[in-house]
Amino acid sequence: MSLLIKNAIIVNADKMEKKPQDILLDKGKIVKIAPSISEKAAKVIDAKNKLVMPGLIDMHVHFRVPGQEYKEDLETGSMSAAKGGFTTVMCMPNTRPVIDNESIVDSVIREAEQIGLVNVIPIGAITRGQKDEELVDIFEMKKAGCLALSDDGKSVVNSHLMRRAMEYAKMADILLIQHCEDPLLSNGGVMNEGETSTLLGLKGDPGISESVIVSRDIELANYLKTKVHFAHMSLKRSVELIRVAKAQGIPVTAEACPHHFTLTDEALKEFDTFAKVNPPLRTPEDIEAIREGLKDGTIDCIVTDHAPHSQEDKEVDIDHAPFGMIGLETSVGLTVTELVKKDVISWTKMVDLMSTAQARIIGLKNKGVIKEGYDADITIIDPDKEWEFKKEDIVSKSKNSPFIGQKLTGQVSWTIYQGKVSYSAEK
Amino acid sequence: MSVWTKKHLLDLKDLSREEIEMVLDTAKSFKEVSARNVKKVPALRGKTIVSLFFENSTRTRASFELAAKRLSADTINLTASASSLSKGETIVDTARNIEAMNVDLIIVRHGSSGVPDILAKHLNASIVNAGDGCRAHPTQALLDMYTIRERLGKIAGLKVAIVGDILHSRVARSNIWGLTKLGAEVTVCGPSTLMPIGIEKMGVKVSYDIDEVIKDCDVLMLLRLQLERQHEKFLPSLREYAKEFGVNAKRLAKAKKNILIMHPGPTNRGVELSAEVADGEHSVILEQVTNGIAVRMAVLYLLLRSK
Repeated sequence: MSLLIKNAIIVNADKMEKKPQDILLDKGKIVKIAPSISEKAAKVIDAKNKLVMPGLIDMHVHFRVPGQEYKEDLETGSMSAAKGGFTTVMCMPNTRPVIDNESIVDSVIREAEQIGLVNVIPIGAITRGQKDEELVDIFEMKKAGCLALSDDGKSVVNSHLMRRAMEYAKMADILLIQHCEDPLLSNGGVMNEGETSTLLGLKGDPGISESVIVSRDIELANYLKTKVHFAHMSLKRSVELIRVAKAQGIPVTAEACPHHFTLTDEALKEFDTFAKVNPPLRTPEDIEAIREGLKDGTIDCIVTDHAPHSQEDKEVDIDHAPFGMIGLETSVGLTVTELVKKDVISWTKMVDLMSTAQARIIGLKNKGVIKEGYDADITIIDPDKEWEFKKEDIVSKSKNSPFIGQKLTGQVSWTIYQGKVSYSAEK
Repeated sequence: MSVWTKKHLLDLKDLSREEIEMVLDTAKSFKEVSARNVKKVPALRGKTIVSLFFENSTRTRASFELAAKRLSADTINLTASASSLSKGETIVDTARNIEAMNVDLIIVRHGSSGVPDILAKHLNASIVNAGDGCRAHPTQALLDMYTIRERLGKIAGLKVAIVGDILHSRVARSNIWGLTKLGAEVTVCGPSTLMPIGIEKMGVKVSYDIDEVIKDCDVLMLLRLQLERQHEKFLPSLREYAKEFGVNAKRLAKAKKNILIMHPGPTNRGVELSAEVADGEHSVILEQVTNGIAVRMAVLYLLLRSK
């Protein structure tokens, strides 16, 4: 079934077209891009006054499958991703049981394919059961379809084990993603350690719990001459360390989440458990540093760390509430409102951060660019649309977002996955 | 006199200087009730008060219960182990169920900061914070201020030192809010590992030397050192803590003649203070306990009368 996008202002990471083009999609591929295409298509979308981008990628989500389907399942997660403009997501393995063997990887991929709204690529664990004791069968995970491994939710704390993981992953050519947190330093902290935690009497997690692992892994990457990717950077000091490492040619990459470039620890002032995330929301200086890092390329990409939790999970005290907030449906709105409209980044940079760079980091071929012959994954956004993020509009199974009620600019109009519309804002 | 409008007592941060003084003035008129032969007034007859304690407590709980009973309110006590909390109900759910029994006021204590605020957001009943995590213990601070005012006639301009584990102390935080609002000059003193980051932003001085601090303060408020802190690596040993920060007769000899020694209890004799100091002429520790009932009567009365 063919699909024709008319009047498309195409935004790629390297260039924003001045003149509208037509884009013809067929059999899951972009077959033709031209100023005017007259061929008949089964469906036509008029993208006038919209921006047409390569399908957005989010290499860090939690879909809770297997085991915690009451929080999210592959269907609601896929719907949430499609509504947020995403055509590829990578789901983290801190599930019950942990995604640490071929059969679980295979079942997640197959179920997601049947739903068919978004390309779901499972991330495998680095260590069996995420226990920080022994490595998973890394080649097996790769052959099953994993493009990256992570113990997300916690660090690989054991330095020797991390060294071996990096050496082995280099041979297997698979990405390692580190959740940077020294648990002896975070020591049960529930929010950022600082003036606000002092006032609220809540246990603080000092930023150094993140930066010491960033620092250690930079040293490992330098010594072993192999890459490592840092998940959800939240701290000014981490940005500084990565900037220096990159300048020295050490092959590290990093991601940041919208909540870490928009909210500070003051979001917890009224004990809102939705604002409890890991790593924690930090200070205005950290927000500024993350924005600067996104702008100058120190941080390579924007991910959501979409972490659904049910109302029952979160309707408890701060100490006992689980970490995490949902993010797929607000990522475009927050990025446009807080970064593009405030001239921190350009539209092309947004495409790089939310699609192209991630395709490169995880090694996805034929994605992340709108180009003839590439996959027909496309996101069309209305750049000036003002809207309010409402609880009743959330399609994720969980509604744990501190952004509910927030007014945002920039909204997804259509998401196209494999040449078919996976989400449309039109009713 | 101004009119009381607050529905809840969550944190002294939320009260104005006038409101704090109003509680203290009201407590003064209630103190006499407890000294009567018949210790009861009908001020809250027909009101229902529930105390919901998720954390162990002896004196605070008894003090609140006596305060409510002396005002003729109907009271029941619920403890975490006796309720359905361990059966998977959320805190909000539990509180909603209690409220559905037409309760007017809930006194809550919880080991986690912010629980009273979370309940206040979801319920219609008045909430009184009887201690939440490390964050606030407003009635303790009010009774401390009442005791200081009764003994020394004022609070403004006094030098008050709070000594000990400031990091984990809700008593310290609430006293800092209250005392600074009333114009006292507050110094916090304790080991650096038990001093929270940014505490000076609350308007206090920070010291690590009790011998310096003790010389010119009017009130010395000692905090209970929770003995398990030693195992959490905050302190080398209790022995060293007692030597560096414990108050004994020798140390006290350098203080002003009319200094007040206060402690929220229960005391660790031989750790934060010696027995001779705890029982000595400067100690007002038992007066604090007596005044606690009057202050809690005032709080319950003001909150329920304003409805």
